[in-house]
Amino acid sequence: MFRFVIRNIAKFILLMVAVSLVTFVLVSVSPIDPVQANVGQAAYVNMSEAKRAQLAEYWGVNTPLWERYANWFGDLLHGDLGTSLRFNAPVADVIATRAVNSLALMATAWVVSGVLGFGLGILAGANRGRPIDRIVKGYCFLLASVPTFWLGLVFLIVFSVWLGWFPFGFSVPIGVSAADVTLADALHHLALPALTLSVVGVANIALHTREKTIDVLESDYVRFARTRGLSTWGALRHHGLRNLALPALTLQFASISEIFGGSVLVEQVFSYPGLGQAAVTAGLGGDVALLAGIALFSAAFVFGGNLIANVLYGVVDPRMRKGAKAHA
Amino acid sequence: MSETQKGAARAEETRAEQVPACGRAAELDALADTLFGGHEALEHADEQEHHHHTHAPASHHEHGHHLLQVEDLSVGFRMYDEDAPFFRARQRFVEVISSLTISVHAGEIVAVVGASGSGKTLLADAVLGLFEPNATVRGRIWFDGELQDAAGLAALRGNGVSLVPQSVNNLDPLMKVGRQVEGFAHPDVPHAERRRRRAELFERYGLSEETAQLYPFELSGGMARRVLLCCALMDDPHVIVADEPTPGLDLDLAVRALDDFRAFADAGGGVMLITHDIELALRVADRVAVFKDGTVVEETAVANFASPDTLAHPFSRALWHALPEHGFRDRNVGEGSGKGGFHA
Repeated sequence: MFRFVIRNIAKFILLMVAVSLVTFVLVSVSPIDPVQANVGQAAYVNMSEAKRAQLAEYWGVNTPLWERYANWFGDLLHGDLGTSLRFNAPVADVIATRAVNSLALMATAWVVSGVLGFGLGILAGANRGRPIDRIVKGYCFLLASVPTFWLGLVFLIVFSVWLGWFPFGFSVPIGVSAADVTLADALHHLALPALTLSVVGVANIALHTREKTIDVLESDYVRFARTRGLSTWGALRHHGLRNLALPALTLQFASISEIFGGSVLVEQVFSYPGLGQAAVTAGLGGDVALLAGIALFSAAFVFGGNLIANVLYGVVDPRMRKGAKAHA
Repeated sequence: MSETQKGAARAEETRAEQVPACGRAAELDALADTLFGGHEALEHADEQEHHHHTHAPASHHEHGHHLLQVEDLSVGFRMYDEDAPFFRARQRFVEVISSLTISVHAGEIVAVVGASGSGKTLLADAVLGLFEPNATVRGRIWFDGELQDAAGLAALRGNGVSLVPQSVNNLDPLMKVGRQVEGFAHPDVPHAERRRRRAELFERYGLSEETAQLYPFELSGGMARRVLLCCALMDDPHVIVADEPTPGLDLDLAVRALDDFRAFADAGGGVMLITHDIELALRVADRVAVFKDGTVVEETAVANFASPDTLAHPFSRALWHALPEHGFRDRNVGEGSGKGGFHA
């Protein structure tokens, strides 16, 4: 147990160092000139040479990579993530405000895709070869091959433009002061991006659960349960669910990275002010501190998801839990 | 078997995916009655040989019929030809069990003895009404004197006929064994009642109350066997189908492990013991059904195995000669009946 904790802390630190280093290297080799990108084309052309040099100094263009990284890393150890030059605010603050939006979006998508995918998977697996199975399978294959941003655009066209059920974008209504925004407003704006993200996330978990369901239905213990008088659905309910839920939950925790990746695209399409959108802004604007901050945050988030997936097996599965105790 | 009877069997062809309707079963019942003159309901306790089998002292025909009677059972599968190239493979029909007849009387253990992998488990599946989607099952099965259709067999599961499976793999790995023994298939019986009965059975079979709190992977081999038996007895069956219930035990231990089945039979139940071990069968069973190439070639009392002269089928006699005390005389016994061969 102790070794497990130490090993995971070491892994986490190494991951953080690697992610931040890669972010810095990528930004430094990127062809984007932060000065040009941030002041705008017209202002840049009219700017005096001295002013440009001053801005370049401000953006740290001429400081060598290793020195910038060392400075940033030194500050990080003191808990200072630096200042976002693009948003002109501490990186920690930018991430905090954005993370609330993103987490609401991702949590909704994560839960909805998980529950929906699990249900569809069982439905398809239990009816293998029947029309309902083909429909679910076809739906999943279709979704798995549909790009997230395209689906987002289609949803925008159908639900926002044609039907007018949902707003076109943003997380709050336009022209309303922050104090007047109600929870209902926020949910109304959240719905469409969350739906897009959920629908895309369903395919993976549904296909996986379908395979597992077929395995479980062919297992000896379900056969035996049926010889004792349970119907197929009864056996599935009493013996299948707990055997299916564990791998599905693990998979769902491990798929947090995919939802995170999807959220970047979805936020961009829906102009939803979350972390993903901030990451795009930071990347295109050469805002290395913010980009590194977001990269660290998302890496930590995904690491957490995978860790939970790992630990979950040990906690929920009696074979692992009691087996480990017996060996300890 | 006469040609008319065979014709009747063919007329009754039922596919697993097309469970025959009750009305049709009743019709068939009537048909069987006219053909056999209501034979199934007749008193025939004292006949020396009937239904192609001889009786043991323990066998008796309660209410004048067999507890379980299987006649002319065939199980086949539609499958793709394995030898043909992938894209040219055609579907063909493989009959794994053909015209099998076997009876289980009250008070007896019938051992179905055959080579491993020769399809004995399919017999258990058919009796329990568990059919694969690509299976075609034909034949007649009576339970307690009543002709059953697929729905009838399904209704008898855990409700007259119980299975004792081979290993602990037949238990849900994520559920405590106590809860599993109590089962879920009888929602009309209050759970407290089921739990009381489970505790009673555990006590009778020397399983401590703590065992109920264990998960299947924590059971020893002996505990697992008793837990599986308790699962079956929980439902108060008339017939137990035991599919290789003593894997990996040597003969003496296996015989002792089967004492519980003996007790069940002595109390008036019937046991169909499926095994590959002829020595075990001769020690614990009352009658032996010799299973070869998908059918029962001879169904006879254990006493008839005393000498080859009382055995009717050449394969049974070969089996007799292959027993260790008769000097393993025929080395070709296992041949032609699938992989594995006989234990003897």
